[in-house]
Amino acid sequence: MATQISPASGRDTFVGRAMSRVDGPAKVTGLAKYAGEFAAPNLAHGYVVSSAITKGRITAIDAAAAEAVPGVFKVITHENRPSIAGEAEAYQDMVAPPGAPFRALYDETIAFSGQPVALVVAEDFDTARYAASLVRVSYEAETPHTDLEAQAGSSYDPPEKRDGIKPPPEPWGDAGSAFDGAAIKVSQQYRIAHEHHNPMEPHASTVVVEDDGTYTVYDKIQGVANSQLYLTNAFGLKPEQVRCLSPYMGGGFGCGLRPQYQLFLAMLAAQDLNRSVRVVLTRDQMWSFTYRPGAVQTVSLGADTSGNLQAIRHDALHGTSQYEDYQENIVNWSGILYGCDNVELTYRLAKLDTATPGDMRAPGAVTGVFALETAMDELAYATRIDPIQLRIANYTDTDPVEEKPFGSKALKACFRQGAERFGWSKRNPEPRSMRDGKELVGWGMACGIWEALMMESSAKVTLTADGRLEVGNSTGDIGTGTYTILTQIAADALGLPMEHVTTKLGDTDLAKAPVAGGSWTAASSGTAVMKACRDVAEQAFKLARGLEGSPLANVDFERVVFSKGRIEVAGDPAKSVVLTDVMRQTGTETLEATGSASPDKDFAKQYEAYTHSAVFAEVKIDEELGIVRVTRVVSAIAAGKILNTKTARSQILGAVVMGIGSALHEESMLDHRLGRFMNRNLGEYHVPANADIHDIDVIFVDEEDKANPLGVKGVGEIGIVGTAAAISNAVFHATGKRIRDLPITVDKILAA
Amino acid sequence: MLIESGSPGADARIGITLTINGEKREIDVAPWTTLLDLLRENLDLTGTKKGCDHGQCGACTVLVNGTRINSCLALAVMKDGAEITTVEGLAGLAQSQGVNTLHPIQEAFVEHDAFQCGYCTPGQLCSSVGLMNEGHAKTREEIREAMSGNICRCGAYTNIVDAIEDVMQGAAR
Amino acid sequence: MNRFDYVRAGTVAEAVQAFGSDPSARFIAGGTNLIDLMKYNVEKPGRLIDITRLPLNTIEERDGGLRIGALVSNADLAYDDRIRSRYPLLSSAILAGASAQLRNAASTGGNINQRTRCYYFYDEGTPCNKREPGSGCPAIGGVNRIHAIFGASDACIATHPSDMCVALAALEATVQVTGPDGDRAIAFADYHRLPGDDPAKDNTLKPGEMVVTVDLPAKDYGQHHTYLKLRDRLSYAFALVSVAAAFELDGQTIRTARLALGGVAHKPWRNLEAEALLQGKPATRENFQAAADLIVAEAKPQSENGFKIELARRAIVRGLEQAAAGTPQTQSDKRIQ
Repeated sequence: MATQISPASGRDTFVGRAMSRVDGPAKVTGLAKYAGEFAAPNLAHGYVVSSAITKGRITAIDAAAAEAVPGVFKVITHENRPSIAGEAEAYQDMVAPPGAPFRALYDETIAFSGQPVALVVAEDFDTARYAASLVRVSYEAETPHTDLEAQAGSSYDPPEKRDGIKPPPEPWGDAGSAFDGAAIKVSQQYRIAHEHHNPMEPHASTVVVEDDGTYTVYDKIQGVANSQLYLTNAFGLKPEQVRCLSPYMGGGFGCGLRPQYQLFLAMLAAQDLNRSVRVVLTRDQMWSFTYRPGAVQTVSLGADTSGNLQAIRHDALHGTSQYEDYQENIVNWSGILYGCDNVELTYRLAKLDTATPGDMRAPGAVTGVFALETAMDELAYATRIDPIQLRIANYTDTDPVEEKPFGSKALKACFRQGAERFGWSKRNPEPRSMRDGKELVGWGMACGIWEALMMESSAKVTLTADGRLEVGNSTGDIGTGTYTILTQIAADALGLPMEHVTTKLGDTDLAKAPVAGGSWTAASSGTAVMKACRDVAEQAFKLARGLEGSPLANVDFERVVFSKGRIEVAGDPAKSVVLTDVMRQTGTETLEATGSASPDKDFAKQYEAYTHSAVFAEVKIDEELGIVRVTRVVSAIAAGKILNTKTARSQILGAVVMGIGSALHEESMLDHRLGRFMNRNLGEYHVPANADIHDIDVIFVDEEDKANPLGVKGVGEIGIVGTAAAISNAVFHATGKRIRDLPITVDKILAA
Repeated sequence: MLIESGSPGADARIGITLTINGEKREIDVAPWTTLLDLLRENLDLTGTKKGCDHGQCGACTVLVNGTRINSCLALAVMKDGAEITTVEGLAGLAQSQGVNTLHPIQEAFVEHDAFQCGYCTPGQLCSSVGLMNEGHAKTREEIREAMSGNICRCGAYTNIVDAIEDVMQGAAR
Repeated sequence: MNRFDYVRAGTVAEAVQAFGSDPSARFIAGGTNLIDLMKYNVEKPGRLIDITRLPLNTIEERDGGLRIGALVSNADLAYDDRIRSRYPLLSSAILAGASAQLRNAASTGGNINQRTRCYYFYDEGTPCNKREPGSGCPAIGGVNRIHAIFGASDACIATHPSDMCVALAALEATVQVTGPDGDRAIAFADYHRLPGDDPAKDNTLKPGEMVVTVDLPAKDYGQHHTYLKLRDRLSYAFALVSVAAAFELDGQTIRTARLALGGVAHKPWRNLEAEALLQGKPATRENFQAAADLIVAEAKPQSENGFKIELARRAIVRGLEQAAAGTPQTQSDKRIQ
C-alpha cells in the first residue's frame, strides 16, 4: 500500500474556485516571451528552404546567389553541414513512435513535401528570407503515394507497438456471428480528414551560445526535457551543456510534444557558425511535420430490439510516414465505453509519403469516438430508442477489457445534467421535424471518453523567510493554466496568499517533469507540488513546535492546518503561530523540498481511470443552401475534482471549438499527384473564427476519484472527444442526411 | 517625388518617423521590412505577434492612427509619420485617458479568461480597442463578426466577446 | 520577399512617371494582397511605387452618382453615410469580405486589382500558367473545390476573390484609370477578364496604368438589393458562391434586374440574358428559378467543384428573393434571410 497522504496540509481556499490566470498580466501586456522572441548578442536568423517535391532526391543545390547576398553567413545543406550523429536512434525523442526519426539535412533523400532542404543563416530575418528565395534546388522526383485509400491494400498491423499506446485488445466473444444474428444491425464506414494543429505561434527555436560554450535554448516544446534529450543525443552534448527553456508556448495541441526540425537546424547552425541562431518556421511550413492522420473506419453494431448491444466491431486504418509507425488509440474506446459480450477491434496502418503524423488533442479518441458515437446514433434511430436511453441501456461501470471497475464514472450525471441544461426532453426525435424559419433545427448528442493519466513527475518548492514561496518544475504551461493551478495548490498547502507564490515552469534547470500532454499535467505535477509543499509544511511545523512556549508543542502534524499565513491547530485556531515568525525566530532563511509523484500502482491494480462527457449540440441549417451553424453546445464533463473552474472551463470551451472545427471546417487537402497539402495557410485551412462560435455551456459534474491525492483526472482532451459526433448527429436530426465524412462541408450536405 | 530610395541593394535604408506607444522615434528602415518585423526584430517590441505573416490570423494587429490593421501586411516605410499603438502601449493609452492601471480591455481579458496560450492575445486586444474606436459593433453578434479577423486556436472566442461586451457596457455607464 | 526600389509619389503624374515602362514595377497602397504575394515569391516587383499620399482619398458627388477615390479604404467606403444610404449593396458586399483589419488597410483600387484565388497560383513549388506561363495548370484535376465553374479555360480555373467587385459589377460602375497614354474609362464588365490562353493577366489595365477613381452611376438600387455570401466558415473566408442582386420594381413587376456572382469565375460573373429574362416579369420564385437555371446552364464543373453549380443555382434564387422582398442579408447575421 502506498503511503497514505492527506489531500493537503492546508485547506482548499483557492483550489476548486474560479481564479484568474497568474500569467494573465504578462500575457495581456505583451511581456510574455515565446521561443522565437528571446534576444541574444549577434543573433543570427535562419530561414528554412522547403522541398518542392514529395519523394525522390536532391540532385544539386545552387546556393551561390544566396550566399552572395550581403549579410548572409551561410547556406547550410546536407552537402556542407557539420558532422552530426549518424544512427537514427540518436534522434529518438521521449515520445517518438517506433521507427527511424526524420533527420533534417541528413542526405539527399526527400521523404515528404516541404521537407527542409537548406537553412539560410543571415544577420537579420529579412536577409535570410530574401536569400532563401535565391536558393535553387534540383531534384529527381519519384511518384509519391499519399492517398490512404489507394494504399489500403498494403496496410499492416504495426509490428512494433508504440510505447504508452495500447494496441487493440484481443477480441472477446464472437462478434461476427453475434452481428449476423442480431435483430438490428448498423454497419457503416466513417472518415475524418487530415487535420493540422496550427497553434497560433509557428514553431520557433532560439539557440543562444553562452560565453562558456554552453547553450541556452528557447524552444517551442510542450516539455523542455524532451528538447534537451534530443539535442544531447543528436549533437553528442552533455545535459549540463544544454539548458532548454519554454516559459510560454503559443499553443501546442500535441504538435509541440516532439522536438521539431527547426530546433535541430538552429543548433546545427549555432554550432557551425559558433553564434546564437534563431529559426522560426513560416505558417506554410507548419504543414511540413506532424498532423492528425485522416482515417477510414468501419463500425458495425448489432443489437436486440431493446437496443442492447450484442456485437461491436470497429476497424480503423490511417496513414503513417515511410520512416515511422505512428500509432494512436482509435478503436479501443469501442470496447470500453459500452458493455458488450462480443467485441472485435482492429487497427492498421498504411505507409504514405508524408511526414510522420502525430498526437493532436485527444489523439485517436477524436477519430474513433466520432465513428462509434455516430454509429450509436444510427442504432438509436434503427431501434427507435432515445440516444441517451440507448447509452444507459449499454452502460458499464466496469472496463470490459481490463475487467476492473472504473475508479469513478459519473457519466449518468453528465447525461442528466447536460440533458436538463440543453432541454433535451423537448426534442422530437423525428428527423426534419424541428425548424426555425428557413432553417432546419437539429439536436444531437454523443459521449466522450479519455484516459485519466498520470506520469512520474517532480517539483521543487522553496519557502523563504519573508513567507514567499517559489514553486517549479520543467513541465510547460501551453495555455492550459498550469502556472495557475500549481500556484493554487501550493498556496493552499501552505496557507499563503497566491500573490506570495511564484511558479516557474519550462526550464530544464528546474525539477524534472514530463511533457505537457495527455491531460496528465494536473494529476502529475499537481501531486508533486502538493507533496513538496507538504514536506516543507512538515519542516516548518517541526520548527514551530520547537519554539519556546509553542502553542503547537504537543500537537501532531496531522492535526495542524496551514491557513492565512499561520500554522494552527485544526478546530482551535486560537492555538497558532505565524509562519514568518517561525522562520524568523528560528533563523531559517529557506525551507525547501522536492516532491515526486508517480501513478498509484495499487489503485491501478484495482481500478481503471477515465474521464467522460456527454455533449449536446444544436445546429441550424438553411434548408435550401445547406449552410450549417452550431448555435448551442452543452458539454457536461465528469473529470474528477476541478482545481480551477475558470481555467478548466476554458479548456473545455477551447476543445469544443476545436471539435466544431473538426466537425465542420478542418481539412488539409492533398493533391495526390503532387503529394502536397495544397491549402497550407490559415485563409484556406479553416479553423473556426469568432463568428462560427455561438453559445457553449460547460458543466462539471461532481465526481470523486482516488487515482491521485488531488482527485483530479485532467481536462485538456475530454472536451473535444465526441463533439464532432454530437454535431454530425444533430445534422442528421435536422436534415435526415447522415454524413459520415468529416468535415461536414456544404458540398456534402447538398450531395447527401 | 517625395522619396526615391536608391537601389535594391542591402544598404538601402530610408529614414522615417514613427510615434510608437507615445514615443516619437526616428528610424532607418529597409523598404522591404514590414511594420511587424520592424516592431519585433528591430525594436524588441515582441508583444505584437507573428502568427501567419499573411493577414490570415490577426495576431499582428496593431493600431495605426487609432485604426486596427494587420502589421504583417504593412511596409514600415509606408507608415512614415504615423502613430502606432501596440499591446505594450495599451496601458499607456489608458493612462493618457486617466486610467491608472492596465487598459480596461486588458483587465477584462484577464477576468474573463479570454485567452489561454496568450499568443493571439495582443492582436485580440488591439483589435478590441480598434473595434470600440470604430463604434460599429454593438450587439454580441456584431462583435463576433467584427472580431472574426482574429483567430484564436485555443478557442477563447466566447470569453473574448464577454470581455469586450463588459468593457463596452462599462464605457456606456 | 525580394528587394526593390521604393518610390513615394506625391502626385498622380509622379506615380505614373515613376512606373515608366518598367514591367516589374507595381503601385502599392493598402498592400494587403501585394505584400502577401511578395512573401510567397509570387510577385517580385523591382520597384514599388507608394501611392498612399496621392490625393485620391475622397468620395465625391458626380452626375448624380458618386466618385470614389482609388485610395478610399474598404472600411471607409463601406461605412460612408452616402454609400450606406444610397448604395447599400456595395456597403454590404465590402463588409462580407476579409476582416475588419484588412478592410481598414485595403484600398478601393487595390481591391479591384487583387489577384485571383487558387492554391497553386500561391505555391511557387507547383506549376501555374498564371505565375509561369506555359508551365501548366495542376488545379485542373487537382484540389479544386473552390475553383471556377464559369468562364474557365484549359489554362486556368482560378476565381476572382473580391466581394466588393461583385457589387460593383452589379451596379455597373466605371473604373477611371490613368497611365502613360493618358486617361481612360473602363466599364466594370470590361475591367476584369477571363483567363483564356493568357491567364497571367487578371484585368485589362495596360502596363503603367493605375486606377484613379471608381465611379458609381446614379442608379443605386437602394431599395431592393442583397449581397449573399456562402462560404466554408461563417466569416473571414472567401466565397464558394456569392450573389449580388438588385432590382428596380414597379409593384411586383421587375423593371430592372442586376445580378452578379462571386467566387465562381475569373471575374465577377454576370449573365445579361438572365437579367433580361427577368425584366418586365413578376418577381416570383418561379421566375428567379428560371433565371438561375439559365445562368447555371453554362456552368462547367471541375473534378471537385460540381456542387458549386447547384449551390450557385440555389443562392441565386435566394438572393433574388432577398432583394425582391427588401430583406437584404446583414453580414453580421449568420442566419440567411
